[in-house]
Amino acid sequence: MTNPNGRFGIHGGQYISETLMNAVTELEKAYNHYKNDKVFNEELSRLFNEYAGRPSRLYYAEKMTKNLGGAKIYLKREDLNHTGAHKINNVLGQALLAKRMGKTRLIAETGAGQHGVATATAAALMGMECVVFMGEEDTKRQALNVYRMKLLGSEVVPVTSGTATLKDAVSEAMREWVGRIEDTHYCLGSVMGPHPFPTIVRDFQSVISKEIKEQMIEKEGRLPDAVIACVGGGSNAIGSFYHFIDDKDVRLIGCEAAGRGIDTFETAATISTGKLGIFHGMKSYFCQDEFGQIAPVYSISAGLDYPGVGPEHAYLYDIGRAEYTAITDDEAVNAFEYLSKTEGIIPAIESAHAVAYAMKLAPTLDKDKIIVITISGRGDKDCAAIARYRGVDIYE
Amino acid sequence: MSKIKNAFSNGKAFIPFITCGDPDLETTEAVVRAAIENGADLIELGIPFSDPTAEGPVIQEANIRALRGGVNTKKIFDLVRKLRKDITVPIVFMTYANVVFSYGAESFISVCHDIGIDGLVIPDIPYEEKEEFLPICRKFGVDLISFIAPTSENRIAKIAKEAEGFLYVVSSLGVTGTRSEITTDLASIMKIIRENTNIPCAIGFGISTPEQAKEMSELSDGAIVGSAIIKLLEKYGKDAPSYVGEYIKKMKAAIR
Repeated sequence: MTNPNGRFGIHGGQYISETLMNAVTELEKAYNHYKNDKVFNEELSRLFNEYAGRPSRLYYAEKMTKNLGGAKIYLKREDLNHTGAHKINNVLGQALLAKRMGKTRLIAETGAGQHGVATATAAALMGMECVVFMGEEDTKRQALNVYRMKLLGSEVVPVTSGTATLKDAVSEAMREWVGRIEDTHYCLGSVMGPHPFPTIVRDFQSVISKEIKEQMIEKEGRLPDAVIACVGGGSNAIGSFYHFIDDKDVRLIGCEAAGRGIDTFETAATISTGKLGIFHGMKSYFCQDEFGQIAPVYSISAGLDYPGVGPEHAYLYDIGRAEYTAITDDEAVNAFEYLSKTEGIIPAIESAHAVAYAMKLAPTLDKDKIIVITISGRGDKDCAAIARYRGVDIYE
Repeated sequence: MSKIKNAFSNGKAFIPFITCGDPDLETTEAVVRAAIENGADLIELGIPFSDPTAEGPVIQEANIRALRGGVNTKKIFDLVRKLRKDITVPIVFMTYANVVFSYGAESFISVCHDIGIDGLVIPDIPYEEKEEFLPICRKFGVDLISFIAPTSENRIAKIAKEAEGFLYVVSSLGVTGTRSEITTDLASIMKIIRENTNIPCAIGFGISTPEQAKEMSELSDGAIVGSAIIKLLEKYGKDAPSYVGEYIKKMKAAIR
């Protein structure tokens, strides 16, 4: 899917300052070497299996299926991974790669805190220094995750610039990297940023769709009819889609955060409301005003609260291979509560966006159809925020 | 070939950076005039961007102040039209790729040509992505300025060979902002540049004192100063022009 210059159709590229160019070139060289290295891959597989708890389960949600009365629903349980989300897949890969490259320090951005926690975890495991940049607004929304990162030995830097959310954390991590390249690897958390990040992160996350495929064949003897995942930058979605891209009969559906609605300014639904632009190292779709100023986006979900989308998603959208839909805060919160009550699984509010769309789609499909929802993370971190959304004033 | 080379014909060039619309466009106009009266050889006008990833806190804040004040690309074009009625000093725009791209690169760059902008400085367009704007820049005779950084190493020669207008040599790792010390081995970098191109080179990032400007301009053909000027704007607001003028006089005297 990747052209040599890191393009996905017209999207992608390397729109970064000259100071960083040799760093991304060096990263690309190292990645191209190690991705085919037997020892590297064995070590990564061992970490995936023994440390992160892979493969994650593909769980038949029988009660939900019966309750919705349509397609058979499976949940890909990335929430059961160590650290509670899919983020660990990418982080273990990148940390291992950084270590091979002789780097001793990891920096990362985080929105909901899941990627920050995963990076802090990998840094602790591999004996690396770690600094996580997190929007000040998000440090409040996700106070527990801030504590977890510190507990794991990382420094957490609250970012006050701009909207003090995920996009500003990315900008700040980039600023940090440009000032300290020699010993530092920027462990980017999603399929975004300059080439080769969208490819590297996708490859490490593609274990999700590889497993779904194997597990589905084993359980049902066939491929699913649809795979549904939430999309902020889009890493769990591309991971869930990747090995199905050539299976044209499998619908690939990404769920963006509509916030208070795509007809309001308080939205983060990039594909639904954004336009083509260049930002954070890549050409893709971005929420922006008529003069190209990046919009201050909003979603109840800190992890989807980003004004752009990964370039491969932009490409899959352009060619019509994947569909993208927008889910409001209300719909996501309802789905968060629904899955908790129906299956006893509390999903991350990010993943609840995918659940919400499945709740609309499943009843419209015949009972012999199969859909897979990727539960990208667990929702413990969100309980206080959702309680507040419902008017219950609890603080962690 | 634009007029940029003229900026380097009056001894070492002093190049001030000014964020348009901070705190308003009237002040920007007065600051530009004060800068030129006091010896500025080339003006780098910043079109503010919401998320300036190459900037340190000082210029980030200036971008926010300017955008809050309601400035936009069209209003900045009008400012340049006004300045160009009597000002002949070369002027370049510094902004981010999305500001140019979202306006429509062809429209943006053709307007630049029409209003007398001589070059574009875009920190998120490295050598690998310059085809995004270079063919259009060439068509309209606007120079797309290239950067050389302390980490450029094996890239210096190829960047220098194809550079147009002037070369922007980044003094240090990191983002813009004043620094007490510049430790990069710029002499070695300049040596490789000189072996590959004859176009003028100006050093920027971290320069604030006359001593630093002198040292940097002795290594190159000029000094670019941003944050130190923006700090004066931050401090004095609408009253900044005379302070900026005074500062530039001192800086130009140091490098002349």
